[in-house]
Parts: sequence; C-alpha cells; structure tokens
Amino acid sequence: MQTQAQTQTDMQPVIEVEELVTYYGRQKILDRVSLNVEDGEIMVIMGGSGSGKSTLLRYMLGLHHPDSGCIRLFGKDTSTLGGREWTELRKKIGVSFQGGALFNSMTVGENVCMPLREHTRLDENTIRIMSRMKLEVVNMAGYEHLMPAQLSGGMIKRAALARALVMDPKLLFFDEPSAGLDPVVAADLDKLILRIRDAMQVAIVVVTHELESAFKIADRITVLDRGNILMTGSVDEIRNSDNQRIRNLLTRTSEDVPVDAEQYLQRLTEGAD
Amino acid sequence: MAFPIEDRQGFAVIALSGEVDLNKSPDARKVILACLKKQKHVMVDLSAVEYIDSSGVASLVEGFQYARSNNLEFGLIGVSDAAMNVLRLARLDKVFLIYDSLDDRLANGS
Amino acid sequence: MAAEHAATGFRRLSEQVGRKFVSGVEDFGYGAALLGESLFWIFFGYWFRQRVRLQAVFAEMMSIGVQAIPVLAVLAFANGAMMAMQGIYTLREFGAESQIISGIATSVTREFGVLIAGIVVAGRSGSAIAARIGTMQMAQEIDALRVMGIAPVRYLVAPVLVAMLVMMPVLTLLADGMALLGGGMLSVMELHISMETYFDRVLASLVPGDIWQGLLKSLVFAVLIALVATSNGFNASGGAEGLGRATTRSVVLCIGAIVVADMIFTFFLIQ
Repeated sequence: MQTQAQTQTDMQPVIEVEELVTYYGRQKILDRVSLNVEDGEIMVIMGGSGSGKSTLLRYMLGLHHPDSGCIRLFGKDTSTLGGREWTELRKKIGVSFQGGALFNSMTVGENVCMPLREHTRLDENTIRIMSRMKLEVVNMAGYEHLMPAQLSGGMIKRAALARALVMDPKLLFFDEPSAGLDPVVAADLDKLILRIRDAMQVAIVVVTHELESAFKIADRITVLDRGNILMTGSVDEIRNSDNQRIRNLLTRTSEDVPVDAEQYLQRLTEGAD
Repeated sequence: MAFPIEDRQGFAVIALSGEVDLNKSPDARKVILACLKKQKHVMVDLSAVEYIDSSGVASLVEGFQYARSNNLEFGLIGVSDAAMNVLRLARLDKVFLIYDSLDDRLANGS
Repeated sequence: MAAEHAATGFRRLSEQVGRKFVSGVEDFGYGAALLGESLFWIFFGYWFRQRVRLQAVFAEMMSIGVQAIPVLAVLAFANGAMMAMQGIYTLREFGAESQIISGIATSVTREFGVLIAGIVVAGRSGSAIAARIGTMQMAQEIDALRVMGIAPVRYLVAPVLVAMLVMMPVLTLLADGMALLGGGMLSVMELHISMETYFDRVLASLVPGDIWQGLLKSLVFAVLIALVATSNGFNASGGAEGLGRATTRSVVLCIGAIVVADMIFTFFLIQ
C-alpha cells in the first residue's frame, strides 16, 4: 500500500516548519514555531483568536514569505522554489478556506472542475465525472448547477472541500471547518474529514478553535497561544496536560493577564507603539 | 499499448498496473473504451494497481456507463484494498460489478 | 506659542505630503509590476502551462467594449453637437463660422473622441473591475487562486489588459464617428449645408496623423485604466465600506490618469 507521496519522500514529514518567525508590521505574530506533519495524519492546530493559527496557515500555504525560519513541504524548502516548481507542488495540495472562497461568478460544478481544467489535459467527460464523484463524496450531488450565493453555510464548506479534493491532493488544509455551522452539520463534516483521511491517504491540517471537533478528528494536536506553541501531542496528552494555559483553554476559563503598573500606565497615556 | 489485454472466455481482460494517476488514466480510458467499442465484454484487473486516483476511477465509470448503454458486461476483478478505499469513498463499490477473479465471475454468473 | 503651533502644523503637513508621495510612488510601482507580470503571462504563459484564456478575454471585451457602445454613442453624439453649437456661435462674431468644420474634425479625432471613450470606459469598467477583484480579495478567492497554482494576475489582469487594448481603439473610432455625426447635424441646421458637403469638408481637413494620434492615445488609456482598476481591486480591504472606497478611488484615479496622460501627450504631439 505504497502511495505516490511515500515513494517520493520516503517517510519524510509532509510539512516541516522550523523556527518560523513572522511579523505584522513591527508586531511579532509567530515566535520560533516548529512543527512537523506526517503523512496520513490529521494534525489539528488549535488556539484562540489572536493565537497566530491563521497566520501559521497562511505561511504554510506559501501566501507569505517567512521573516526567518524555514518551511518545507514534501521535503522542499518553499523559500527556494521557482514559480513552476511551486505550481507543481500546489497540484498536490488542497485548501478549504474558512469562508469557502468559492468563485462567485461560477456554478458549484465549474468551481470544482476548475483546478482540473487549469492543470490537466484530461478529457472533458473525465473531468465532469471526477468533479461529480467529489461532490458525491461530500454529499453535494445534484447541486452542481447552483451558484455559490444560493448555498447554505454548510453546503459552501462541503463544496469548497470537494474543490480542494478534486486533484487528489496528498496534503489537505482545512481552515475552521465547523465555524459558523450548527452542531449536527459540524459533526457530519468531522466524520467526512475522517473518511477522507482513511480513503485517500492524505495528510490533513485542520486549523480550528473548536475543542470538541479537534478532539474528535485529531491524530495529534498543536496548541498555539500568542504566537508560541504551547504543546504538540496526541489527544490524550493534551487532555491530561498540566500546563495551566492549556488547562484554561480546555476549561474555557479566560486568563487573568498580569498587570504591570508601569507599562499599563504608559499604554494609557502614550499609546502602544 | 501500455496495458495488456487478454481474451479469456468471452471477456477482454485488461490489466491495469502501477500508479493509475492523472498521467496514466487517459491511456487506461482509451484502452477500455476501445475494447468496449469492439463489442467485447470487459473485465478490468486491478490487482497490480499500486495506486489509483479519481481520474483513474473516472475512466472506469466512463467504461461502465458505455457498457451499460450498449448491453455489454463491465466488471472489476482483483480490487486491492487501496483501490477499494477510493471506490468506497464515492460509494462506487455499490455501483460497479466487483469480483475476486475472472473464475469467480464465471462460477457465479452475472 | 503660535509659532510652535505653526511649526508642528507645518511638520504634520509636510509629513502628510511626504506620505502621500511615497504611497503614490508605491502605487505606481505596483501598477508597473502588474503590467510587467501581465505581459509575461500573455507572451510566455504557454510555456508555464498558464495560458491566458481567450474565452476570458472575449468575456472582458463584451463587458468593457460592446456593452459600453450605447452610452458612448449618445455621449459622443451630444458632445459633437455641443462643440458645433459653441463653435458656431463664437466664430459667428468673426464671420468665420464655416471654419468650425475643420475645427470639429481635428479636435474630435485627436482629442475628444478618445477622451470620451476613455471616460466612459473608466466610469463603467474602472469601477466594475475594481469591485469584482476587490470582492474576490475579501472573500479569499484570490488566495484560493494562488494556492491552486493559478497566478491571479494571469487569470484576472491579463484578460482585462488584452480586452482593453483591443476595445479602446474600436470605441475611439466609434466615438469619433458619432461626435462627427453630432457636429454634422448641427452644422447642417445652422450653416445650411448638406451632410455630404459637411463630410467632404471633414475629410478634406483631416490627415491620417489626426486619427493615429487618437488611436495611440487610446492604447495608453487602455493600459492606464486596466492597471489602475485592477490594482485598486487587489488592494481593497475593510469590508463593504472598503470596497466602496476602492471602487470610487478606482474611477477617480482612472479618469485623473487619462486626463493627465492626455495633456502630456497632447503637449508633445502638438509640437
């Protein structure tokens, strides 16, 4: 049962992030973040808002260049890749964005077909069957002629997932799968993610703030907090962690930020720099 | 041809092998449709397939559809676990005629 | 105290001017980069398996060009008529009203035909393109393109650029024709000549250079509108309000850019 990705990379992690440091303006967003994602596993990156998890995702997608540190996808250092190599790499990567990011001017079917039309020279008939197969996988059969504006939130997420899967990626990114969905729909989506991992031998990175969903689908979890990785481990390791910040996150207690009188006064009178 | 075809007991047995992906599935599609167009019943042998992606499966679907509309038989034999997972994901395991081997098909009839 | 106030005021003003200038240079650089990348995809996209799709170009040509024809025709016609009216009344004082025809002929073909076409396209497409790309930017559709391995500039800017370069000269010729026709209607009524005589005189007073001048400008306008509109779209941020701002800014800058470019052009061409 050897897959293409395995023969090429030979047990190498699919994603390696090493000492990633990023800034937004002068503000440090990620501070020496290191992370590996292995082939065939579901890695959940968890953290509250402002933890830097969305930023980490955007860097792993190659939408920004790291200020320092290095990101390797399938063993290739992304900062040294040329345009054509990036394009080749991206054919092996599927992304489902938080809001779906379906192209609003196209039908659902055209959206799903688009990567195939742009990147392959398959017969039109084959392309159509492939896209319908993926719509079947996400339970969206029969909706291919609708426009994205006519879909509900859950349907948009599933259609976006179908588009992300259509090239049979070896690496799938999923940004906030359950955000904005009712619990039943969200649970369905979790099951779908597990099914996809088992059937397609794909490494999946899920970015979320939903604990319940994270515990249900994760093989490993990375907890991000204020730009730092608090811990990476299995579901049980995270659950049983005695790190106070992780405990707070699990029990949903908000943290008391210690007050430094000097700095506080300065912030009030002179503003943050 | 990249994929060998054997005539056995009224069936054209097409043996796919290796990685049937975006690069190779157009060939597979051509071979399958060519056999069916000669009005032959077709069995596709997947036992030597290491990896099949959805473009490969789409080619099988096209063959199956063509066979059905022309009253021909189209079946899959020797489906590996990996290939079965891909079929199952799209619930195609309930659509295709799947046999262990050609003998299995001959013993049980259609 | 007052002097100090004035000093800080001046410092703030100069700071603002400086910042505006820097961001202006930045915008200019951004536009130039867009142009370069678009040209790259248009000419070399094939080798990178990223061809600029003809289908997309045709779609843009429809919305930029064909659908602009009714508005443009009416505006150009009215403008030609107004020029004739003003010209005839002004020149009548000198008893030289019949000279108006050659005046209309050269100013329409060199100047006003292309300017009207430019303003109509800037108003219609300058806003529509900025709004479309801005919406895509905010809905992460641009990011989606990039992670799919589809260069956004190739997909969104290059077709617009090509369509503009094809349609602007066509629209310019149309505007020329309609403006001359408008001027002709007035001339026929006021100067008591026939339409035939009017067009004979128009043709007699034109040299090919007049038409070329207009067409050359139309190509420059095409590039300016395409780049200003798309770059405003890409840089849109801040929700619905930001989208509105980007759209308005796009139209204003498009019109500003073509008028300034027109002035510079005319200055050099008329020498």
